[in-house]
Amino acid sequence: METKNLTCINCPMGCALTVTLDNGEVTSVTGNTCKRGDIYARKEVTNPTRIVTSSVRVKGGEIPMVSCKTKNDIPKGMIFDITNALCNVEVSAPVKIGDVIIENVLDTGVDIIATKNVAAI
Amino acid sequence: MYDAAIIGAGVIGCAIARELSRYNVKACVIEREEDVCCGTSKANSAIIHAGFDAKPGSLKAKMNVRGSQMMEELSRELDFPYRRNGSLVVCTKDQDDKKLDALLEQGLKNGVKDLRILERNELIKMEPNLSDDVVKALFAPTGAIVCPFNMTIAFAENACDNGIEFFLNTNVEKIEKDGENFLISTNRNTIETKTIINAAGVYADSINNMINTHKYHITARRGEYNLLDKVAGNHVDKTIFQLPSKMGKGVLVTPTVHGNLLVGPTAEDIDNKEGVNTTLNGLGSLKQTSSLSVKDVPFREVITAFAGLRAHEDGGDFVLGESDECKGLFNALGIESPGLSSAPAIGEFIAKEVSNKLNLELDPSFNGTRKGILNPNTLSIEERNELIKKHPEYGTIICRCESISEGEILDSIHRTLGARSLDAIKRRTRAGMGRCQSGFCSPRTMEILEREIPMSAFDVTKSGHGSKLIFGYNKRV
Amino acid sequence: MKNYDLVIIGGGPAGLAAAISAKESGIDSILILERDKELGGILNQCIHNGFGLHTFNEELTGPEYAARFIDRVLELGIEYKLNTMVMDITKDKKVTAMNREDGLFSIDAKSVILAMGCRERPRGALNIPGYRPAGIYSAGTAQRLVNIEGYMPGRKVVILGSGDIGLIMARRMTLEGAEVKVVAEIMPYSGGLKRNIVQCLDDFNIPLKLSHTVVDIEGKDRVSAVTIAKVDEHMKPIPGTEERYECDTLLLSVGLLPENELSRQSGVELSPIHRGPIVNDSLETSVPGIFACGNVLHVHDLVDFVSKEASQAGKSAALYIKNGEKENSISLPINAVDGVRYTVPEFIRPNDMEESVTVRFRVGGVFKKCAIATYFGDTLVSKKKRPIMAPGEMEQVVIKKSDLLNAGDIKDITIKIEEA
Repeated sequence: METKNLTCINCPMGCALTVTLDNGEVTSVTGNTCKRGDIYARKEVTNPTRIVTSSVRVKGGEIPMVSCKTKNDIPKGMIFDITNALCNVEVSAPVKIGDVIIENVLDTGVDIIATKNVAAI
Repeated sequence: MYDAAIIGAGVIGCAIARELSRYNVKACVIEREEDVCCGTSKANSAIIHAGFDAKPGSLKAKMNVRGSQMMEELSRELDFPYRRNGSLVVCTKDQDDKKLDALLEQGLKNGVKDLRILERNELIKMEPNLSDDVVKALFAPTGAIVCPFNMTIAFAENACDNGIEFFLNTNVEKIEKDGENFLISTNRNTIETKTIINAAGVYADSINNMINTHKYHITARRGEYNLLDKVAGNHVDKTIFQLPSKMGKGVLVTPTVHGNLLVGPTAEDIDNKEGVNTTLNGLGSLKQTSSLSVKDVPFREVITAFAGLRAHEDGGDFVLGESDECKGLFNALGIESPGLSSAPAIGEFIAKEVSNKLNLELDPSFNGTRKGILNPNTLSIEERNELIKKHPEYGTIICRCESISEGEILDSIHRTLGARSLDAIKRRTRAGMGRCQSGFCSPRTMEILEREIPMSAFDVTKSGHGSKLIFGYNKRV
Repeated sequence: MKNYDLVIIGGGPAGLAAAISAKESGIDSILILERDKELGGILNQCIHNGFGLHTFNEELTGPEYAARFIDRVLELGIEYKLNTMVMDITKDKKVTAMNREDGLFSIDAKSVILAMGCRERPRGALNIPGYRPAGIYSAGTAQRLVNIEGYMPGRKVVILGSGDIGLIMARRMTLEGAEVKVVAEIMPYSGGLKRNIVQCLDDFNIPLKLSHTVVDIEGKDRVSAVTIAKVDEHMKPIPGTEERYECDTLLLSVGLLPENELSRQSGVELSPIHRGPIVNDSLETSVPGIFACGNVLHVHDLVDFVSKEASQAGKSAALYIKNGEKENSISLPINAVDGVRYTVPEFIRPNDMEESVTVRFRVGGVFKKCAIATYFGDTLVSKKKRPIMAPGEMEQVVIKKSDLLNAGDIKDITIKIEEA
């Protein structure tokens, strides 16, 4: 038996949630005042994921940086690995929203894609 | 070998340099900061006192009255902002109005013109926001406000254009007497000179004491201020002083020449001559103290706070002229209030003394006129469009709050003694001095410096030395 | 310079949405004036995600959200000028602007929409004592440096203010290699979204100190340390509670102020509370034909609401251009009392309003298990239960025209917080 404490992010209430796990299986969620808290807690303790956003340099663009993101959630524990993977990345203008900057980043199955249009000069 | 080395590029050093540049002279100004106007000259009340404050016969009185008389003409010659807005010393109902009479008397003795005492009914027409307790005031129509940055910079530019050398980022480490002459060792060079002019502000005692057997002692007296948004700039029109009371000397409330409202200074003797920090107590006291003379000061419009150090010498008066004990050393020391007002007169006085000593001749090629940075707001629409056609950079606004164009910023960088940091640009153009306090324009001003100097973005500073703004590229710090 | 029916000041989210909606309402002669070098406004530097949930039902980053509107503006062929600073707006809607190519020029507009956005409160506005070295940035300036220029403005960071920009920047600086030591917040609650506290601070073990403020900044050239202290209920620092953090950077996220200098010049009446123009249900200011929307009107929490509001302003401006000013319109004031700090709009015209009007507002403190009560005159007409309300999030009530017309002869509307 293991318990984890979380703050619910679904509304300004910020309910203090307590999740009980048994062998990695959620057995109970308490402290929530609505269903959304329960769903959030179960996901957050078993498989917390995040979208990572960042920016990389653009060669020959009208601005020096292009913003980017992981196309889907990646495991929370990999946030820093992802930003490190972006460290020396440089793309060439023009860049369009949705262009793949890194395919299948660190074998997560998720692409890093551009989130801004940058025209070439 | 220099004829004269001026130590300190504050308003006093620069005023002296400019007056000295009238002569055929080889002279330099030595400044430890990256720009002129970096000490007391940049953090003060920005007012030109009429001259009734100082004791009759004192150097403060003489220099103030003379300086105040010279100022208007000088502001035209050197093109710096100046406005004769007049000043009031207000007396509240529980204060002794005989003190006002005494001030009037003193002012008359000092030769201040047009002083008179006004009653409440007249005052309130003039200044509707005076506090309800104000009963009388001493009105000095010759009181004025000025831009201390541009005044100092104008002196410096004009001096430089007339042949005075400026050594910035140069710190005096040692001074030795070499026969009749002096050897000044700095972090960058050694300067040999016939005379030294000591205008080192709060450090003028240290400079003097390096070579003079007659020692001086300067205390840094900190003054803290609040600067308010231009929407509050009309809260008063005249500079409102308080009569000294048992509560202390009081603070002033004044419009600035650029249309902001300034409240301060506090007065606190401190040990640290670098102590230009504001304090919780100091800033906290301004609201209460200012309310004695002016009501409803809209403190929610405060855009910045700053502190300056007055160089208070133990004797209480300016120390001006050649030292009896150390010939060739000319002091301009203990220059606290009314130092800004007195600067032109001190410049004139010291330059004359030095020229007499060295038998300098007037330089016929001296040009005493200096043109400031063009303010496009003073142009007609047609003139402005003509300007933008020729120089499109005047069509791009960089500082939104103060409406400062790229053209003005380029001028500030490329003119004599041009700006090399964000603060130097700010003092010359006002870019970054407005209500957002450079939040929007600083990245763009950094970009302009990087391009124009040119320099690496990583070397752009706020105010020289180690005041770097960025540490490196993303993900690589 | 040719004249336009509608001039929109600002090409950020508000200006873009207003332009699209005006165009779709049948106005062809529209010009957007933008001071920056691209459309999209502050969204361009908000590269994090979380935008657009209400508008597009998906989570977009700032630039993606902006691009949807920019693309539409281009598609509709709406004219715009970049790098153009508006210098003046007069009461009779003469707009004077300037740029490198055209110089100083004037446009006579039939209608003007104010969409200039807001700016950050600087250090000075809080009178934070200490030195004034390099390394003190408003969070938005740091955000621009990091996200647009690709520069790191600091390595060891203290953040004052837990508004969303501060929280977002805490994460952003951390991800870029900086160490964020603490976030101090003078209020007893955070001004930011819960999600941001968890995902920007908790994820990275950055402490959030509520009821704390900065009492000293050290450093002659560059920031070398920042001292924070706990504050009492009057927000005065409590001696003895000081904690000193060695750092090179202080980021400030201490509030946003609508940028209404131009509005003031044009004679538009401003609210002393939300510091934006006072408007009626059509988002028209006190100057007929001048409308306002977005953060210049009042600071919003979510851009989705900015877009909605701006669409309304665009539609209203279109109506004004076509039909002119409504004469003798009855206008009911909305009283904001008991916890409601202000409302936008401040006035509703029952006869001339749309079928319904969304009244947006913020509360003045944290309210738990309360309700938003709406009164027509003295009559309670609706009571909306809210488990929690906080100043960081906007609230709204919808007022229907039919309800108002049925309410009979009332003098005002009141919105207040009551016990549930």
